[in-house]
Amino acid sequence: MSAHGKPYVREVSRYGWFFRSPRYLRYMAREVTCVFIGLHVLILIVALMRLSEGREAWDAYLANLGSPAGVALQMLMLAFAVYHSTSWFNVTPKAMPVQIGENFLPGVVIVGAHYAGWLVASVALLFLAGVF
Amino acid sequence: MSERIVELEVLRFNPETDSEPRFQRYSVPCMNEWVVLDALNHVKEAIDPTLSYRWSCHMAVCGSCGMMINGEPKLACKAFLREYEGVIRVEPLAHFPIQRDLVTVIDDFVTKLKRVKPYLIPKEGKLVEAGEFKQSPAELKRYKQYTLCINCMLCYAACPEYGLVPKFIGPAAISLAHRYNEDSRDGGREERQQEIASNEGVWECSFVGACSEVCPEHVDPAGALQQVKIKSTVDWYQEHLLPGSKK
Repeated sequence: MSAHGKPYVREVSRYGWFFRSPRYLRYMAREVTCVFIGLHVLILIVALMRLSEGREAWDAYLANLGSPAGVALQMLMLAFAVYHSTSWFNVTPKAMPVQIGENFLPGVVIVGAHYAGWLVASVALLFLAGVF
Repeated sequence: MSERIVELEVLRFNPETDSEPRFQRYSVPCMNEWVVLDALNHVKEAIDPTLSYRWSCHMAVCGSCGMMINGEPKLACKAFLREYEGVIRVEPLAHFPIQRDLVTVIDDFVTKLKRVKPYLIPKEGKLVEAGEFKQSPAELKRYKQYTLCINCMLCYAACPEYGLVPKFIGPAAISLAHRYNEDSRDGGREERQQEIASNEGVWECSFVGACSEVCPEHVDPAGALQQVKIKSTVDWYQEHLLPGSKK
């Protein structure tokens, strides 16, 4: 190799590589949306802190959440959380293929099981919250 | 059979005279049913014999003619000209050093492939007289798709992780290790785990999934890597929560 000159190495930019292809952008969208789930968890932790501080703090917290800005933020977080979760659900058949006898379960069954699990967990949570 | 003039913009690099690559334009009279490899062969035969590139079978079996075609990792023998409009840009496979023109240095991949021991390591030695190792159709199907890998390295050119962290063992080599790990006749998983369950192995993968999208043989390396992650995680818990249990 060296007898024929030095090979040329193309540098890969650490920034901006994900603009090279739509598939990289889709990946980044899946990853970046987790920030909004983290934000929601932070808001829940704040809820516990306010709860421990007494009624007045808790009511102020609830009022903040119910304000137009609070509602808008929660809708935004929900939208990104749904995108994040569904984009992960959709790749689950790759990570956990199920072979029954000779054949593998179709991917749609595995994805569907995740959606079903999500539905059951949501209904259970709403039931515990007294919605039903 | 219709003919049209195709404009190819081909990356050229001569390590003896060039300090960096440049693009060279060729106008190639092409038949409608030609693939990019046919156009390159025409350039080599009739226009510019100095152009270097790898190819062999012309039927998506040998895995030699992987290159970037309009920025996408493709086999040149499988990229039909009729699917492209305007100038077609042809570059060597991304993430590999350029040896000359479209020829890349693939030593890194070959070394990694050797490291993962992509061959059958039988659970127990058996004399030929004792007969064959039997396997059911279900056991075969468990790993069969991974046997279709032709080592073309398109998955490495598509993988942004490999581009950013070259020590990453990468999609094809780990998938081939997984292929043997999943083989009912094999007993070499523990040896391979030392490579593929390491930091340079599956844990460099962040599941972009591009490897599976570009694979010309429809192998699913992204799936293989996630499965290795899950199994390695189970190993870790077994080792730490159930000491003494056999993996």
